[in-house]
Amino acid sequence: MAQIQIPSPLRQYSGKHASVEIPAKTVGEALTGLVALHPELKRHLYTDEGKLRAFVNVYVNDEDMRYLQKEATAVKDGDTISIVPSIAGGAPDSANFRRAVI
Amino acid sequence: MLELAHSAYVSLREHGEETYPHECCGVLLGHFNDDGSKTVARIARCGNTRDDSPHNRYSIDPRDLIRIQREGRERGEDMVGFYHSHPDHPARWSPTDLAEAHWFGCSYVITSVEKGKAAITNSFELTGSDEGDKQFVDEHTEIA
Repeated sequence: MAQIQIPSPLRQYSGKHASVEIPAKTVGEALTGLVALHPELKRHLYTDEGKLRAFVNVYVNDEDMRYLQKEATAVKDGDTISIVPSIAGGAPDSANFRRAVI
Repeated sequence: MLELAHSAYVSLREHGEETYPHECCGVLLGHFNDDGSKTVARIARCGNTRDDSPHNRYSIDPRDLIRIQREGRERGEDMVGFYHSHPDHPARWSPTDLAEAHWFGCSYVITSVEKGKAAITNSFELTGSDEGDKQFVDEHTEIA
């Protein structure tokens, strides 16, 4: 069983569970199992084309699956899969700010 | 409503002053309350991975978030939001802030740092049901 950690913004779609255990041999199987159990999660994790959204980071223990075997990354009992939406942003461009102030 | 521990409020503002003229960033740790409000007990400072444009962009390494989330869980705390600074820019969310925001229900705290001194700190909650209708709403903040 792999344990999938659900980030706080998605817990309303996972029955308010902060973690879910799914029998799986790969990350892909685990995520497929997760959205089968909680279908409302699917649109938040995947695009309409079925690809994982670009801002959704998936880690197996402390490794980004993109740098492993992606969805084919093997998971074993005791592994933790973390779903981590990106955190980023920034101030407006300086030129736009000056125009806004004027 | 966001209830921010005084020590957390001071710390996140100091962080912005220390990293000026670059943006600082970090995590707000605490609890989601039953009435929809959030309580912030502490902050966790993070590094800004946007070393290509740190004066007006920030990004937090997901590995930091995993570690902070795990440490928070051990203390019974949750990630309830994030903070960053705007060097010589208003403490208002930008189009970039909204485009890059994905943690619905969480607070995004922004501090304007003017000529190296923390000025105004505001909080905004990310609302909506998905990427198509998300928006920031002003969030009343109380310093506890």
